[in-house]
Amino acid sequence: MSVPHAKLPGWAEYGLIPLVNLAVAFLISGLVVLIVGESPLEAAYHMINGAFGRGEYIGFTLYYTTTFIFTGLAVAVAFHCGLFNIGGEGQAYIGGIGVALACLSFDHTLPWYLVFPIAILGAAFFGALWALIPGWLLARRGSHIVITTIMFNFIAASLMNYLLNKVFKPLGSMSLETRTFDAGGQLPKLDWLMSIFGLSVGTAPFNISFLLALLAAFGVWVLIWRTRLGYEMRTMGHSPAAARYAGIKEAKIIVITMMISGGLAGMMALNPIMGEQFRMQLDFVQGAGFVGIAVALMGRSHPAGIIPAALLFGMLYQGGAEISFEMPSISRDMIVIIQGLVILFAGALEHMFRPAITRLVLGLSPKTRNVAATKGA
Amino acid sequence: MDFFQVFIELAQSTVRLSTPLILAALAGLFTERAGVFDIGLEGKMLGAAFAAGCVAYISQSVMMGLFAAVLVSVLLSLVHGYASITQRGSQIVSGVAINFVVAGSTVILGEAWFRQGGRTPALTEDGRFGRITLPFADAVREVPILGPLYSGLLSGHSPLTYLAFLMVPASWWILYRTRFGLRLRAVGENPGAVDTAGISVIWLRYRAVICCGILCGIAGAYLSLAANAGFTKGMTAGKGYIALAALIFAKWRPKNILFACLLFGFLDAFAIRYQGYAFPLIGRVPVQFMQALPYILTVILLAGFIGKAIPPKAGGVPYVKER
Repeated sequence: MSVPHAKLPGWAEYGLIPLVNLAVAFLISGLVVLIVGESPLEAAYHMINGAFGRGEYIGFTLYYTTTFIFTGLAVAVAFHCGLFNIGGEGQAYIGGIGVALACLSFDHTLPWYLVFPIAILGAAFFGALWALIPGWLLARRGSHIVITTIMFNFIAASLMNYLLNKVFKPLGSMSLETRTFDAGGQLPKLDWLMSIFGLSVGTAPFNISFLLALLAAFGVWVLIWRTRLGYEMRTMGHSPAAARYAGIKEAKIIVITMMISGGLAGMMALNPIMGEQFRMQLDFVQGAGFVGIAVALMGRSHPAGIIPAALLFGMLYQGGAEISFEMPSISRDMIVIIQGLVILFAGALEHMFRPAITRLVLGLSPKTRNVAATKGA
Repeated sequence: MDFFQVFIELAQSTVRLSTPLILAALAGLFTERAGVFDIGLEGKMLGAAFAAGCVAYISQSVMMGLFAAVLVSVLLSLVHGYASITQRGSQIVSGVAINFVVAGSTVILGEAWFRQGGRTPALTEDGRFGRITLPFADAVREVPILGPLYSGLLSGHSPLTYLAFLMVPASWWILYRTRFGLRLRAVGENPGAVDTAGISVIWLRYRAVICCGILCGIAGAYLSLAANAGFTKGMTAGKGYIALAALIFAKWRPKNILFACLLFGFLDAFAIRYQGYAFPLIGRVPVQFMQALPYILTVILLAGFIGKAIPPKAGGVPYVKER
């Protein structure tokens, strides 16, 4: 931006602008509901009730939140380095191999708390591997990361289809999935956490990988803002030329960043595979990798923003399921629209309302107005 | 079945399958040569296919369907243009957003309006593009070699297919032989120079984006009005991304686009025909591998292992007038 926007106070920059963008996205979604001939207010009621009305609903909401924290963090880490990793979908899908291998190998012999770490490593390893190739191709061969990662999503889909067909599917089974894991491959639910608040988790698959997601969010914060590697990543993202002058090894940082990003995306696979289905199914990712883009944009690539953004999308997913139950003409595809609109307004059009908001905010407080006046002259 | 007959059939389905790819890749060519990256080809095609399906069913007129498709696609292009040209937002993010909005809204609206599980009602003959039989196609069918080539391969396609193939030289002519084309390419390489010459970068890029919308609209209309009889949920099935891959594979040149799209169309036709067929020496090639092949080829090409694909220099960068 060559025209610098006047500096906004933090609450407006990180609170007001995202909220306004979000509100516009929801208003337009409400219009779509109106076009379909339903009441947006009723839809909103069913959504909020469906997401938070009961302990079980909250459990489902948090289950989806877990998934989106992982994919959101994955996109955010790459954003900090100036990379747009659109391949979270494929990396999460391939990450499933690691989880499935760990569970299929050890679920009879080891208890879950020993299988879990192996599965984490496996998921992160395979996810990172799938991101390593595009990262390496960018670093060494200059391929455009967006295009390569899109292509890798499709290649991952074909590869997993093949693997589930030929390798993972038990003999004689018709459906494309692995066998169901034994107790060792099943993560415990977090019912104790829910019961602290006097809620019952019911059938919701809210499981221990939620804690892992929170831990990962903290880890990402430490990595980005408290380590040397994170500093180098941010430098790269801010100004590749400056990073080069500072002697930062560009290729190395790109590859490492992509691997961290892919590893985080891969860890998403733990939640549906070990936490809900106890088996790996075809298409278990279900677009979560793409939701991660919306989550990272909403959360401004900061873990403290990503967790509430992931919660918002968790709410949309769970509440959206309830809406489609109560109002059949609004299927879950409504979420895809909202997701797209959030990406549009929080991402591509993030500056649309900024001039107006800047005028409003700076106009309200006389102190900043003076500063702006002297600066703007 | 003899070899020649198989060849004709494969070639014919290759032409059919590559038609939407050619139109969409040419659409991408116009914006990307003007410096606006567009990964929203998929969404625009899908939106156009939906609009075509709806309007052609309601009006029972294929031309109205085509018009609606182009209109919707151009509107979506303008959204992309507004976000990435006027608001200087990220072009990638805007494209992703459009893909999602369209993917969701076609299903929701289709279900609300027609209640057929996200599809539009099947079109009758009036609502679809028929096939054009070239003159004498039946008469020369018996002529050896040339007869089947003429009546089996050249004749019997939808008008949009002929249009798509004509658009290749037409696009070349527009881009390389007109003043508009020269400026359009210049704006993708060095917008500052174009601006210095007193030509509006913004307006040029908007026009490029509108061209993209028109072509994507035709591509979408082809899917629901010619290749199928109506819209089905998610019917583009990644064709927009394949077109994008073809565009890169073709190194952003019209003639190469034709060959890249024919190649990817052929891979598709081949995969459909030889599903589960055991080849001599290689054995059975997994279908999934054939499906992934266009993407794998694009990755290899992008990495510079088969020549080097150099994108337009100013691609992806919003233009800021320096004062």
